[in-house]
Amino acid sequence: MAFHTRALLGACAVAALCAPATAETLTIATVNNGDMIRMQGLTQDFTDKTGHTVEWVTLEENVLRQRVTQDIAAKGGQFDIMTIGMYETPIWGKQDWLVALDDLPDSYDTDDILPAMRGGLSVDGTLYAAPFYGESSMIMYRTDLMEKAGLEMPDAPTWEFVADAARKMTDKDNEIYGICLRGKAGWGENMAFLTATGNSFGARWFDEDWKPQFDTPQWKETLSFYIDLLNEAGPPGASTNGFNENLSLFQQGKCGMWIDATVAASFVTNPDDSTVADKVGFALAPDTGLGKRGNWLWAWALAIPAGTQKEAAAKQFIEWATSKEYLDLVASREGWANVPPGTRTSLYENPEYAKIPFAKMTLDSINSADPTNPTVDPVPYIGVQFVAIPEFAGIATQVGQEFSAALAGQQTVDEALAKAQTLTAEEMEAAGY
Amino acid sequence: MARAVTNRRKALNTLIAWSIGLLIFFPILWTILTSFKTEAQAINDPPLFLFFDWTLENYAVVQERSDYMRFLWNSVIIAGGSTVMGIIIAVPAAWSMAFVPSKRTKDILLWMLSTKMLPAVGVLYPIYLLFIELGLLDTRVGLTIVLMLINLPIIVWMLYTYFKEIPGEILEAARMDGAALKEEILYILTPMAVPGIASTLLLNIILAWNEAFWTLNLTAAKAAPLTAFIASYSSPEGLFYAKLSAASTMAIAPILILGWFSQKQLVRGLTFGAVK
Amino acid sequence: MATQHSRSAARIMMAPAVVLLLGWMLIPLTMTLYFSFKKYLPLRGGDLGWVGFDNYVRFVSSSAFWPSVQTTLVIVGGVLLITVVLGVLLAILLDQPLWGQGIVRILVIAPFFVMPTVSALVWKNMFMDPVNGLFAHLWKFFGAQPVEWLSDAPLFSIILIVSWQWLPFATLILLTAIQSLDSEQLEASEMDGAPPLARFGFIILPHLSRAITIVVLIQTIFLLAVFAEIFVTTQGSFGTRTLTYLIFQRVLESQNVGLGSAGGVYAIILANIVAIFLMRIVGKNLDS
Repeated sequence: MAFHTRALLGACAVAALCAPATAETLTIATVNNGDMIRMQGLTQDFTDKTGHTVEWVTLEENVLRQRVTQDIAAKGGQFDIMTIGMYETPIWGKQDWLVALDDLPDSYDTDDILPAMRGGLSVDGTLYAAPFYGESSMIMYRTDLMEKAGLEMPDAPTWEFVADAARKMTDKDNEIYGICLRGKAGWGENMAFLTATGNSFGARWFDEDWKPQFDTPQWKETLSFYIDLLNEAGPPGASTNGFNENLSLFQQGKCGMWIDATVAASFVTNPDDSTVADKVGFALAPDTGLGKRGNWLWAWALAIPAGTQKEAAAKQFIEWATSKEYLDLVASREGWANVPPGTRTSLYENPEYAKIPFAKMTLDSINSADPTNPTVDPVPYIGVQFVAIPEFAGIATQVGQEFSAALAGQQTVDEALAKAQTLTAEEMEAAGY
Repeated sequence: MARAVTNRRKALNTLIAWSIGLLIFFPILWTILTSFKTEAQAINDPPLFLFFDWTLENYAVVQERSDYMRFLWNSVIIAGGSTVMGIIIAVPAAWSMAFVPSKRTKDILLWMLSTKMLPAVGVLYPIYLLFIELGLLDTRVGLTIVLMLINLPIIVWMLYTYFKEIPGEILEAARMDGAALKEEILYILTPMAVPGIASTLLLNIILAWNEAFWTLNLTAAKAAPLTAFIASYSSPEGLFYAKLSAASTMAIAPILILGWFSQKQLVRGLTFGAVK
Repeated sequence: MATQHSRSAARIMMAPAVVLLLGWMLIPLTMTLYFSFKKYLPLRGGDLGWVGFDNYVRFVSSSAFWPSVQTTLVIVGGVLLITVVLGVLLAILLDQPLWGQGIVRILVIAPFFVMPTVSALVWKNMFMDPVNGLFAHLWKFFGAQPVEWLSDAPLFSIILIVSWQWLPFATLILLTAIQSLDSEQLEASEMDGAPPLARFGFIILPHLSRAITIVVLIQTIFLLAVFAEIFVTTQGSFGTRTLTYLIFQRVLESQNVGLGSAGGVYAIILANIVAIFLMRIVGKNLDS
């Protein structure tokens, strides 16, 4: 044991990252996504470099959100680092609940982080969370089925084309469904997709006076289009399908097209898990010619709650996990396709990475999303597929449940929109708008 | 002749009972089977029952990802500790209710049960703040106390019903012999109530083991039991039925085995005073 | 028999349990009451002052309130009905002579050992999934269109999952009660030529009434708090939002502690109405 400690200290003396402080044990809350699980597997590299050890609290996404929100709101101090998203960061940063990440060393190269990601994770120009991976959404489609339907997917299709293609690709007798979309209720599930899609149809959550807009024709068009499309060309049980369910359907070859997170591209092209790995093409999320596309912008990022006793060590971990060197480390162990995408400009300039089939489309999708100006008509909020106010998660989950029920055929589009309008107005009033 | 009829009836009973038993048990069996499949076999169409390549790979992956023993140990300590602590507090209370009943005994008993009606989600925030103040967040002690308090009413009630069935004459005889109160409880009542205490113990270990709200919300890394372990395997990216099954099997196996070994005890003792 | 001395001893012995439970009840209850009269939004700076009964009015007048009460009662009632009816039948069956009784009993009580989260995950993914679930395969095998359980029959699905978990408990208690039934009494009635149905109606069922009451009481306490099964399967969509789940959404998803606390107070009131109702019955039954 003593020898082990000395060995660590030796490693510590060599490593540039190392601080003179004593070895700490960091408690890190994270989500059980593939890239994070991989990071856990590589923790030893961090421990070798700095001497600090890590205790992981890995939770399913919904439970994680509930846990970290509860803890930061009550100032529980359970975690030294939290994995949070682009939605939480600006809200918590504004409250001074997070440690500002404005003193990272030059070697970390903050400017290398993609501008869209940096913007979404900053408050007034100060970075509050470092992106671990970033994503937008795009169309993933089956090249063979598209060909069979006699169509050719443009790089930037319209919704009209997508709907037409989906209907032509559908072959329900053989369990092939033209399009798979999120239907499971939740602000990060169906509402992420529908809010982003709404943007491309000219819809918005609130007008400039914070009045809910679900009574507008744009929302009616969005929701009717989505429900009709899924009813005709979607898989059974669409109203309970989230990211995971659709991923599995696509991997089993049951979806013609799937519009979802860009990170899914590495899963559907991985021959170990996917039966259609060599037949997948990519395109930008569709539009309706109004100037906005239906793609979102998201990052899972690492942040330090204010008040932690282990700030220095926590910063070292964030530097390690979101650095260029970490990307190289993953690439050397697991190949470039498994590197956490969407965070650094240098990654997309790397000729090795450019060989990955989905690299360019991912970058283009990320660059075409604009959280500060997400909609056709002006809005008072920031966020593409969300509204960066504390009440949004609660409201959108309930609205999502109404829309999900409409998709399941339990109520009409008009009923769902009317209920959404009422409950949003109720909640906004309760919050004091 | 009569014998033959009985046997035929017995065969019929056996057939029906076994079919129903297997049907009820099937979801668990299916989970265990799936945990030995590869991911591809787990979602094979048509489903594979027994003829697949049995593999331990999923267990290896789950173990590598999360240190199962640590979660297991926390579960054992928290479930066991809260139950033992609960019984120590409940035995005297149940004794006095059973043998020195007053007019209010039943009211107190029912009031105790009514504390279980406090909706956990409603009081999470106050309890969380309290735990921060007391430094009990993510400690086994804190969780043990909470689970003990949650199950205490059930423990008291179960013990009360067992004690009530012990005939009063035995006690009087003991008192004649000059037994002190302490001895009375220790040497006379407790041995007679052992089956009752044993089944109370079992039931409450099961309840504490499976409690998933407080155990998840009041822990982080150090005190997290198996309910938190399972929360890192539900809905990952992609549907990993085989790994989910392996993690599920690991989470329920210890209590399932305990339950099976002690089912006679549980069956004999689980009455809540239902038998009169 | 009880002397003054033993009375005071009894009081002392009862004290730890009573004091602990009193604390466990009063401290959170007081804090909940306190928050329920406040505008308390942790994400907007915490305590924003007293608001009187605003939270109470808002919670009940919200469009989600009454449906959630109804859902709660449907789930509790549905599970009780299924577990008691099937529990009685199973208990009678298991009481009959049969081969391998011990093993069958193990099979039947096994679901009770499974944590709610796990059972919800297993049912949702491996049985009710409309594409990969076993039910879907079964339906397809018989040439039927697979049912989308969690969206087409969400309440039924949740009742099914919860009943599966609680059926063993009901069966166990009812079985112990049946086993205590005087077999001579039964045999005598058999001799008299009483048909099985009459035997069931006039001897077995009355004998079980006490056990049934207890099953209903204990299960109700646990069923009012059902949470994991909903959180894992539907997350409250499709009309499966119970009062507990609604409070969860207010406190944790919307982070409105004041409003959620008011909801908590309503839930306590509802639970107590159910409890008083039940305890009237149980109280009577316990006396007999």
